[in-house]
Amino acid sequence: MKKDESYDLSDAQRELIKGFWKDNPVFIAALGLCPAMAVTNSLRNALVMTVATAFVLCGASALVSLSRKWIPKQVRISIFIIIIATFVTTVDYVLQAIAYDAHKDIGAFIALIVVNCLILGRQEAFASKRPFGLAMADAVGMAGGFGIALVMIGAVREILGNGTLLKDTPWMFSVFGPHFEPWAVMVLPPGGFLCLGALLAWFAWMKERFERKKQPETAASAG
Amino acid sequence: MRDYILIFASACVINNFTLFYFLGLCPFFGVTGRLVTAFRLGLANIFVMTITSLAAWVLNNFVLTHTPYLRLICFIVVIASSVQFVEMFIKKFSQPLFRALGIFLPLITTNCAILYLALTQTNKGYNLFEGLIYAWGAGIGLTLALVLMAGMREENELATIPNVVKGLSMSFFLAGILSLTFMGFAGLFHEG
Repeated sequence: MKKDESYDLSDAQRELIKGFWKDNPVFIAALGLCPAMAVTNSLRNALVMTVATAFVLCGASALVSLSRKWIPKQVRISIFIIIIATFVTTVDYVLQAIAYDAHKDIGAFIALIVVNCLILGRQEAFASKRPFGLAMADAVGMAGGFGIALVMIGAVREILGNGTLLKDTPWMFSVFGPHFEPWAVMVLPPGGFLCLGALLAWFAWMKERFERKKQPETAASAG
Repeated sequence: MRDYILIFASACVINNFTLFYFLGLCPFFGVTGRLVTAFRLGLANIFVMTITSLAAWVLNNFVLTHTPYLRLICFIVVIASSVQFVEMFIKKFSQPLFRALGIFLPLITTNCAILYLALTQTNKGYNLFEGLIYAWGAGIGLTLALVLMAGMREENELATIPNVVKGLSMSFFLAGILSLTFMGFAGLFHEG
């Protein structure tokens, strides 16, 4: 391995953790918004989408990172897209075989992972320039962050819109009991926009509060 | 005739690509700061959707008849190269149009609405003419959503908004309200 490509464990750890919150693909960078809202009307769909995206992202990052020296610069985007499309086709057929009900619900959006800007963005900005280990750490971290966002939105929308969690799975349980009047709008398309908007506003409010609390302390310690 | 009107209205307003299926959200939030750019992007999208619809029909009928598992790869490659081709063509023959479209033309490749159009057209088994009607309906619906959103955001710049919901969060609330109003179109047609 060449010298400029060496890295140690702490580098990999940093790349892994940044995806979870600091550079969260959905909440901070606003990438991959289409699946983040289209498939989050129930927690099960959100989880299936997370697994599918994680598989494609990790597979594509690994392959791109390993073959980065042989990919010509001029046609790199096309090559990335073909690699991604191959993994997406695989995951599409596997899902049809093992989770047919879920595939019926979100099948169209599984195919659309190809044009998820999160995945292409990571190949272009990261995996095509870094050694295998770092690329994998980054892919796993980004997939984790994507999953955190999807699960949060999915859980909120399902609890408010249906009163349950994990609908259509053996582990379904009712959160509010049988007398809950569901907010139907939350599982319909507008609910996705409103829920993500509310979550972003809540994060901004928390951040503002946190900074306001911190400020007097720093002022006091300086004085 | 009724079928064509149904396909058009369904793609355009009832199941609007952006506000009902959440497709093409990146440009929807990214370039709707100004009304003029939003409108031009919508026009570019209609243009590319027409070509994609034609290309998908040709691929389905003459190339992919025995290899359905290659559909996704073929579609994305054809979309990417046709966008590139259209870009070169416009640059050669109409400089003003090329300048007007600018960066948005190459970015259309990664717009999920285009790929979704090609896949849905295949799944529903539309013929050439139905496919074209579907593409125009979807494109006009997309333009409508972009222009409405841009208008709302331009008005919003003058309003006083609390710090917490400024920026992306406010855009999501606006889109949610727009999406709610578009749900009213669901009662436009009754079967039978």
